[in-house]
Amino acid sequence: MKFLSQLISGISLGSIYALIALGYTMVYGIAKMLNFAHGDVIMVGAFVVYTACVKGGMNPVLGVLLAIVFCTVLGVCIERLAYKPLRQAASLAVLITAIGVSYLLQNLALLIFKSDTKQFSSVVMIKPVTVAGLTVSGEIIATIIVSVVIMVALTLFVNKTKPGKAMRAVSEDKGAAQLMGINVNGIISLTFAIGSALAAIAGALMCSTYPALSPYTGAMPGIKAFVAAVFGGIGSIPGAMVGGVLLGVIENLSKGYISSQLSDAIVFAVLILVLLIKPTGIMGKKIAEKV
Amino acid sequence: MAKKTDSPLRSKAAGLRPVTKKNLLTYLMVIVFYALFQSLSAAGALKNAYQSLLVPICYSVIMAISLNLEVGVLGELSIGHAGFMCVGAYCGAFFSVVTKNTFEIGWLRFLIAMVIGAAAAAVAGFLIGVPVLRLKGDYLAIVTLAFGEIIKSVVNVLYVGRDASGFHIAMDSAKVGLQEGGVMILNGPQGITGTPRNSNFTVGFVLVMLTLIIVTNLMDSRTGRAVMSLRDNRIAAESIGVNVTKYKLTAFVISAAIAGVAGVLYAHNLNALTANTNNFGYNMSIMILVYVVLGGLGSIRGSVIAAALLYSLPEIFRGVGQYRMLLYAIVLIVMMIVNNGAFFVQYKEKLKHRIRGGRKEAA
Repeated sequence: MKFLSQLISGISLGSIYALIALGYTMVYGIAKMLNFAHGDVIMVGAFVVYTACVKGGMNPVLGVLLAIVFCTVLGVCIERLAYKPLRQAASLAVLITAIGVSYLLQNLALLIFKSDTKQFSSVVMIKPVTVAGLTVSGEIIATIIVSVVIMVALTLFVNKTKPGKAMRAVSEDKGAAQLMGINVNGIISLTFAIGSALAAIAGALMCSTYPALSPYTGAMPGIKAFVAAVFGGIGSIPGAMVGGVLLGVIENLSKGYISSQLSDAIVFAVLILVLLIKPTGIMGKKIAEKV
Repeated sequence: MAKKTDSPLRSKAAGLRPVTKKNLLTYLMVIVFYALFQSLSAAGALKNAYQSLLVPICYSVIMAISLNLEVGVLGELSIGHAGFMCVGAYCGAFFSVVTKNTFEIGWLRFLIAMVIGAAAAAVAGFLIGVPVLRLKGDYLAIVTLAFGEIIKSVVNVLYVGRDASGFHIAMDSAKVGLQEGGVMILNGPQGITGTPRNSNFTVGFVLVMLTLIIVTNLMDSRTGRAVMSLRDNRIAAESIGVNVTKYKLTAFVISAAIAGVAGVLYAHNLNALTANTNNFGYNMSIMILVYVVLGGLGSIRGSVIAAALLYSLPEIFRGVGQYRMLLYAIVLIVMMIVNNGAFFVQYKEKLKHRIRGGRKEAA
């Protein structure tokens, strides 16, 4: 019974990681950059929900929608202002800029909300469900349902729609896509918009399950989700989902059965093992080296 | 207009090779910096807040040089460099605390602690380097990050105590099982306390100079050229017989050992040594990476300047109070865009062209 409940909360945590990892992996696939500021977008989303719902008493659903809109606009603005001028620059330069953006978001939040940890109240209104002596909280149910819906929708979007096709084309070959009349800048903005919207949802769900919010809340989940994206094969959308869920399950099980302090170390050790056996992640494509 | 000469004959005639000149200039810069601040602090003209920055600047500079060896010279992105610093810091501090009462000569003990820290970090670098260097690009980066985090987590659950019957190591404070009169040396999340504070600006300066001399000479050696050839084109280098694994590992291990020394310097600058995200986690690794990239990949002098300047920047901004980290972030983003953005790069080219053109007309 303990195993089952650990497993379920692991899947729920993993779904949150997967939502964040999707943002990382899509941006990586299309802009070939590691967006280190992605974790902080989660934090911004959570703060918007906090201000709207906990402080402002807004309807939770409206609050989450507001956060989604806010983060989408923020994501597109960050891309336009900070990353677009560096489209042709070396990848390390973009990485450092992303780190700068991450510092910027953290310190803006620090100025506005101060450094103390805020008590977040859940935006989920589902009652806990008890099946055969196993109680599952409403937050966990909501997280899993929302994540599954989003993942299915995203898969359909990428595979079946015209913008989705354009996204795949840009990630395959930017130059050729441009020659085929695809608006590459528009697609990159769209990717950032989707990634940031997912981050806002992940932020609201994460802070509902683990109700503590500070300007640094996004950093560690961001890193873990990044690990999840690499775990599944960075650039691959199904990989991010599988990687995220696996990571959450491994983390929760090692917290429950081995050591809560060492759980991060175990997660990272599993990542290293996977990469040593399969150097491009679980679902990553192996690209032959051109000479 | 004097043309840049790369011809060895002409440089020999001038006495020194261009590389040597460049390195001497870097050394001179560090020496002048040291002399200036040492005399300022001796005269008491330096505020306490700035005084306490001097040793941290030294270890930041050492870390930046060491990471530049890995990222700029070897060309492998690492975001877990603070892990090696952590290994060095803990091993060095452990030795110092254990021998604090038996070893009378302070400087000798400190020296041995340095050697131990460097050796331990080098061993860690070797153990991590063997699997990690098989990977490429971003995958390699994420694995270095993972190793850094593992080192930090493990150090936080390690308990080491000593009593009459020797050392006791456990992963749980209750299981250490010390006898009467035993002392905890490494106490899990509380870390190591009571490290003698041997670090000072002079020691830091000497270490910076040593690091500089080692790394610049390495870059100018056969090994260094082999390492750089791997960075520029691994396949071409391999095809003319450069041993990839050997040279990659050499650079990685040397870089780790230097980071270990920086760690020892760090540990002996504080009374209590603990490991958290800000000192040995990814925050530190990323901060050092920022120094290296802003200073210029592969440019040792750039790393030194960037590390010293950026480390003191938040302190200089202290006047603007709570906005200082915000300003730091904005400065960072603007600097990156101005340095690398397509628009600014073109503008700079144009400007350069115009200045040159103007000169020609005048002549």
